[in-house]
Amino acid sequence: MLKLSDIQTFYGPIQALKGVSLEVNQGEIVTLIGANGAGKSTLLMTICGDPQAREGQVVFEGRDITQAPTAQIMRSGLAVVPEGRRVFTGMTVEENLAMGAFFQTPEETERLLDHVLKLFPRLKERYTQRAGTMSGGEQQMLAIGRALMSQPRLLLLDEPSLGLAPIIIAQIFEIIEQLREEGTTIFLVEQNAHRALSIADRGYVLEHGHIVMQDTGEALLNDDNVRRAYLGG
Amino acid sequence: MSESLLYFFQQVINGLTVGSTYALIAIGYTMVYGIIGMINFAHGEIYMIGTYVTFIVVTALASMGIEFLPVVLVTALAISMLVAGSYGYAIERVAYRPVRGSKRLIALISAIGMSIFLQNYMRLAQGPRDLAMPGLISGGWDLSGEGPLALSLSYMQAIIFIATLVSMGALTWFISRSRTGRACRACAQDQGMTSLLGINTNKVIAITFVIGAMLAAVAGFLLGLYYGVVNPMIGFIAGLKAFTAAVLGGIGSIPGAMLGGLILGVTENMTAAYFSTEYKDVVAFTLLCLILLFKPSGILGKPEVEKI
Repeated sequence: MLKLSDIQTFYGPIQALKGVSLEVNQGEIVTLIGANGAGKSTLLMTICGDPQAREGQVVFEGRDITQAPTAQIMRSGLAVVPEGRRVFTGMTVEENLAMGAFFQTPEETERLLDHVLKLFPRLKERYTQRAGTMSGGEQQMLAIGRALMSQPRLLLLDEPSLGLAPIIIAQIFEIIEQLREEGTTIFLVEQNAHRALSIADRGYVLEHGHIVMQDTGEALLNDDNVRRAYLGG
Repeated sequence: MSESLLYFFQQVINGLTVGSTYALIAIGYTMVYGIIGMINFAHGEIYMIGTYVTFIVVTALASMGIEFLPVVLVTALAISMLVAGSYGYAIERVAYRPVRGSKRLIALISAIGMSIFLQNYMRLAQGPRDLAMPGLISGGWDLSGEGPLALSLSYMQAIIFIATLVSMGALTWFISRSRTGRACRACAQDQGMTSLLGINTNKVIAITFVIGAMLAAVAGFLLGLYYGVVNPMIGFIAGLKAFTAAVLGGIGSIPGAMLGGLILGVTENMTAAYFSTEYKDVVAFTLLCLILLFKPSGILGKPEVEKI
């Protein structure tokens, strides 16, 4: 479904990704773990074309999107829940969700809205409230809801558990699994390696801009090196 | 009512008249600033072009024998909005989009260059001198009192108030309720995220320029009819005034621009009425300095707070 080959991405003179290749297949949950500054977010954003890869190729559903403008990529069946959530704080929950459904027909929007509010009943309670006044967990739910409003076939998630209470994290991971059952493919970038690997079919480990390991989620969870480096022994 | 009180209220009415047109122009500054964080210094020229187009259309219609007032007014307004909108679009394409990624100073110089270009282009096309047009709309209502100090509202002033209210109402609806307006607000808050939702932010920015230009054309149309005079330099001073209004109200805030325009218009008129006409610009720009010194975020502007 998504295939990255030998991706190199730069921020000015600094090379953040030094030739990364990975693959996400239809119906999978694939996770990418790694330490702070390993290049995880950069990798995720490179898929979105912001920034664009300098070398290598990003292919989504058979089409090369490496050089495509961000807006065009995001209209082709991908959606992202970016680092820091980036909900529109000055807008209500309703308006944020409507922004996600910008290119949907009114009937589709209605149906998607129903679906999202069922997944996150909390958003229904906060429906006319400004996003900026909500808690971090609620904003994260909104960011995921907004992404789902575009009916993505591939959902990219950047550290959805960051800074949230354990009970909220559990809820969010449950939702991610539920989305996969509904047929959405998921690419999950996480620092919370234990949780991420537990639900993932496959995982990649990124260090200093290189993929250093790849295996099934379970195998990585039981790997000694991974345990030492990312799971606290 | 005593004569001095009548005089005072008359000045308020006159001030609100000019102030509402400042507000219309100020919205263009504030919207563009809100979305790309840059001041469009060529915006005053759009107002000037709007006035010229109004004069040209009115004269052309008169020479064709069309003098039925509603037709003349609606045609002139529509055409000047259309022409000004195209200029707004062109300014964005030519002077802003190519330099958007670079330093602010570069965009500023580019805008000032565009402003100088448009002034001189008009000077060549229409001549440097004042063009005058006979008043199309005369008369008014006497609200109170009699004689030279009566409190009155001219028909032209009423038209200015109504047109401003309608424009503001339409803009408010557009920004708060329409799909494109929502995209404008999203873009103003987080352009990167907006494009991550698949929205072409270049288009949204262009629309913002066009809307600002159209509102400036409404102001140009109204003030053109009100004063009956135009020259290629009027955009400069009106632009500065409207910029002051936008800063006064809080740059980036649309209600702020409306409020700032009205306050500035009334303040100026009061200065002219009770002190001296020569000092009204001094007072306007002193106001700008004071705001920048003591409350740079303006009356309705919010200092930016980021929640992590």
